[in-house]
Amino acid sequence: MSKIIDVRHLNFSFGSGEMERPVLKDVSLSIEKGEIVLMTGPSGSGKTTFLTIVGGLRQASYGSVTVLDRQLIGSTEQVKIQVRQQTGYIFQQHNLLKALTALQNVSMTLEMHDAMTERQRLDKAAEMLIAVGLGDHMNHKPEQLSGGQRQRVSIARALVGHPKIILADEPTASLDKQSGQEAVGILKKLAKESGAAILLVTHDYRIVDIADRVLELEDGVIRSA
Amino acid sequence: MNFISWCYFPARLAWRQLIFDRTKLAAAISGVMFACVLVFMQLGFKDSLYDSAISAPVKLNGDLFLMHKQAEAMWRPAKFQRRELMRVLGHPAVMEVTPLYLALASFKNIETDVKRTLMVYGFDPDSHIFDVPEINNHRNELRLKDTVLFDEYSRPEFGPIRQLVAAGRNITEINDYKISVAGVFQLGVSFAADGNVVTSDLNFMRIFPNRNHNMIDMGIVKLHPGSSIPQVQAELRLQLNPFIDIFTYEELLRREKDYWANMAPIGFIFGFGTIMGLVVGLVIVYQILFTDIANLRYEFATLKAMGYEHGYFIRVVFASAFFLAVLGFIPGLMLSVALYHLAESQIYMPMPMSPNKVITVFMFILSMCAMAGFLAIHKLKAANPADMF
Repeated sequence: MSKIIDVRHLNFSFGSGEMERPVLKDVSLSIEKGEIVLMTGPSGSGKTTFLTIVGGLRQASYGSVTVLDRQLIGSTEQVKIQVRQQTGYIFQQHNLLKALTALQNVSMTLEMHDAMTERQRLDKAAEMLIAVGLGDHMNHKPEQLSGGQRQRVSIARALVGHPKIILADEPTASLDKQSGQEAVGILKKLAKESGAAILLVTHDYRIVDIADRVLELEDGVIRSA
Repeated sequence: MNFISWCYFPARLAWRQLIFDRTKLAAAISGVMFACVLVFMQLGFKDSLYDSAISAPVKLNGDLFLMHKQAEAMWRPAKFQRRELMRVLGHPAVMEVTPLYLALASFKNIETDVKRTLMVYGFDPDSHIFDVPEINNHRNELRLKDTVLFDEYSRPEFGPIRQLVAAGRNITEINDYKISVAGVFQLGVSFAADGNVVTSDLNFMRIFPNRNHNMIDMGIVKLHPGSSIPQVQAELRLQLNPFIDIFTYEELLRREKDYWANMAPIGFIFGFGTIMGLVVGLVIVYQILFTDIANLRYEFATLKAMGYEHGYFIRVVFASAFFLAVLGFIPGLMLSVALYHLAESQIYMPMPMSPNKVITVFMFILSMCAMAGFLAIHKLKAANPADMF
């Protein structure tokens, strides 16, 4: 099966009763292996909410969300943790651990599994940092890095575990044009090499050209752009 | 995932985050250290108190001990008639009985003339009721009129008696009665008395003219070798008047200790101090852990989004608590050892740092930090990735 993400008739609301505010209305969307899908839309349109549901961070109750052949609607925490472990997350803020060096931050992704030795983990993390162009900043802590460098560390962190899915929430929002384009350029190149599906939420139209497909989410409804 | 990495990875993250902010780490360590020193001092004083409370009775040489029921402890005796003790001689297992006279009195410092209270023990010099070599070696001097032996472990405010005696300046007053110090022995001070002297029963009556030979404070009973002490105790208890208590050696020691632990509020005070020290430490460690979790909630939520389980963060918090316990305990222990030495040199009471005490306090500190960790983990719920992104 080549559909990595398959969402059918997803509905989601915040609150309940009279306070209920629908955020996603009958959203259907599927993403294939190796595909880069860009989701745009004004703020408050439900993009981030959609991303957190697909990433197994938020529980939705209506519709069907199949990620890596696992149904996330009504799933247990354990299933969601398995999905998260195969998902590379890139956040709007870099969200690096400020007590750790770039290298240690990247190898945090690999520490969840025992399969590797510490040496292998560090080697792999170093390789990934070289790939994002930070070979000479490996032992810097986040506060010693620029915004663009931090975001590249967080891309390395998301990709180092060879995830099947990469979810990126406004990865360029806090970057200037040049470092933003560099960052998504690296993301695209590395993701294509490993065949991961990418769902990228943004309202930064400067990076639209990296996508295979662009969708627009407005008031919780998907429209092809 | 095996057990080692199950503990090791969260512990390593906790360690890296602890050493990242050195100022906060120093504050946390001082908090634990403070609690540690407080507990060590409270326990040290308490043990020292209990040990010193029995410094005299522990040297008594006897199988059974008679005291008046109203006597609270040896230093607060109640007099009873000598004939109560003599009745005991009727029992075939009893070999020998010795009356002991006890009183607090002022002793005049030979050099400064300042008077200070100490404990006076009066007994027949021919009896062997104290297991203290120097007392038994000076038996002949004790038989002389108006002589006493002085405890050189008494507080220094009584003067350098050993040197004064050696120099021949051995005349002073006890209870305003002139005596000469014939020599020194080693016993030890207690919270009740700053010093001790022993003298003969006859001299005791001279020092305390309103005391009567027939009213004794304690009776020491020695049995024939091979007698069953508990059995004789039970038999004698039936014969004695109900206002007389009869104790074995162990019971006497326990009673002297219990006096300070229960009758006097001192045991409670030290217990209370220990608990307060732990509570203060608990609050400090909890506060540190809690604010740490609050500050790191974005980082924790990020790790959760990457697939880390909730249990991992619980282990991170407990590992931090453990490191704080160890890091605070080590300087706390060193400081406490120094303070014990200081206390020994200032209050002349034994304050040994026993391995037992070290382990006890470490366990206290560890439980304190574990408890703080336990209280802090509820804050982990704030690190919910769905609410953050």
